[in-house]
Amino acid sequence: MPESEPRFAEYAAPDRLVSTEWVAQHLDDPDVVIVESDEDVLLYEVGHIPGAVKVDWHTELNDPVLRDYVSPEAFARLLGEKGIGRDTTVVFYGDKANWWATYALWVFALYGHDRTRIMDGGRDKWIAEGRELTREPAARPTVDYPVVERDDATLRAFRDDVLAHLGKPLVDVRSPEEYSGERTTAPAYPEEGALRAGHIPTAASVPWGRAVNEDGTFRSRAELEAIYLDGAGLRDADDVVAYCRIGERSSHTWFVLQHLLGLPRVRNYDGSWTEWGSLVGVPIAVGAEPGEVPAR
Amino acid sequence: MTLTPALQETVEAFQSVAERDRLQLLLEFADELPALPERYAEHPDLLERVAECQSPVYLFVEVDDGVHVHATAPEEAPTTRGFASILAQGLEGASVDEALAVPADMPRLLGLDRVVSPLRLRGMAGMLGRIQRQVRARA
Repeated sequence: MPESEPRFAEYAAPDRLVSTEWVAQHLDDPDVVIVESDEDVLLYEVGHIPGAVKVDWHTELNDPVLRDYVSPEAFARLLGEKGIGRDTTVVFYGDKANWWATYALWVFALYGHDRTRIMDGGRDKWIAEGRELTREPAARPTVDYPVVERDDATLRAFRDDVLAHLGKPLVDVRSPEEYSGERTTAPAYPEEGALRAGHIPTAASVPWGRAVNEDGTFRSRAELEAIYLDGAGLRDADDVVAYCRIGERSSHTWFVLQHLLGLPRVRNYDGSWTEWGSLVGVPIAVGAEPGEVPAR
Repeated sequence: MTLTPALQETVEAFQSVAERDRLQLLLEFADELPALPERYAEHPDLLERVAECQSPVYLFVEVDDGVHVHATAPEEAPTTRGFASILAQGLEGASVDEALAVPADMPRLLGLDRVVSPLRLRGMAGMLGRIQRQVRARA
């Protein structure tokens, strides 16, 4: 297990973050596998941290047919092929301030792979510091990874859970335009995937990117507390659900609430707006205000 | 509906290699995407944004003796760059009729569904559609 670095001591779970320096010093550590997860499926091939393996959110973590994550058997096969054992410490990093890296970490967590970290600042920080990149694909020997049942109850929320949750803290991490109902997808992203625009009633709007500094590193604990505990009213929250469009951006916020602020219970609703915005009969709010819990 | 000879060659190149090597091939195309000619680099207003793509990609089509596609996409969006490069190279110098005869589902012929995902290929189809619309408008 990596020792935690003093610079992260202020967070609830300091050992969930590692610095680029730490990664540079552990490239040959047999107990550590560095995993790159990006939005663009080809970015790893352009150049990655030496020895890092790639995990693609779309082609590898999602089931190709069922709208769900891969089966426990497929997950075990995937990790075995990547050279990741059940006891391996996995350090994720990626593009867009670790947006997809935190998504991969959250999916790993569903299968109970708990020795996971995020490289603070992600791919961009590594590159900005002039650190080494390679196009050489990492060749790690295949290992045996056990078939472990996915836990869909602890960190994951489904649509019925969200319906039952209305009235308790909800965080919508999409852009203001998606929240208010002007768009169904992020600005500059293709319109797709939902029949109605707006947000789940009562959800607080905190766009995911507010959690990071310009260089992609996470904001200080005091800043995060001001944003989430004071701004979004989560100070005494004991049960929070975060959502976005398909659960990727909200994985980033989930990571912040769960590991950096240490809230007692945080779930990610991965069905998110592409499901909620197309469900028949569920309540929706439009405009900049959270809206009311509908009478039942 | 037929492919230009250059696109036909590209499709055959993708089909002839194993699935995982197709990403490598796409990377080669991404690396080859030429920089915008200066006259467009200074006139971003002439370029059309491809809204179907996740990454900001802009293109412009010239038609003189043949079709010329110019496109630009950020370095950190290599998949999009690769798609743009395949289309720019595959349509370079084609006649208007040849460019319009390329079937809309051409991207699927590359065999990238499983390694790149249909969602991402949709962006390439969007790019092709916009190129053909500009060809029609400028023919």
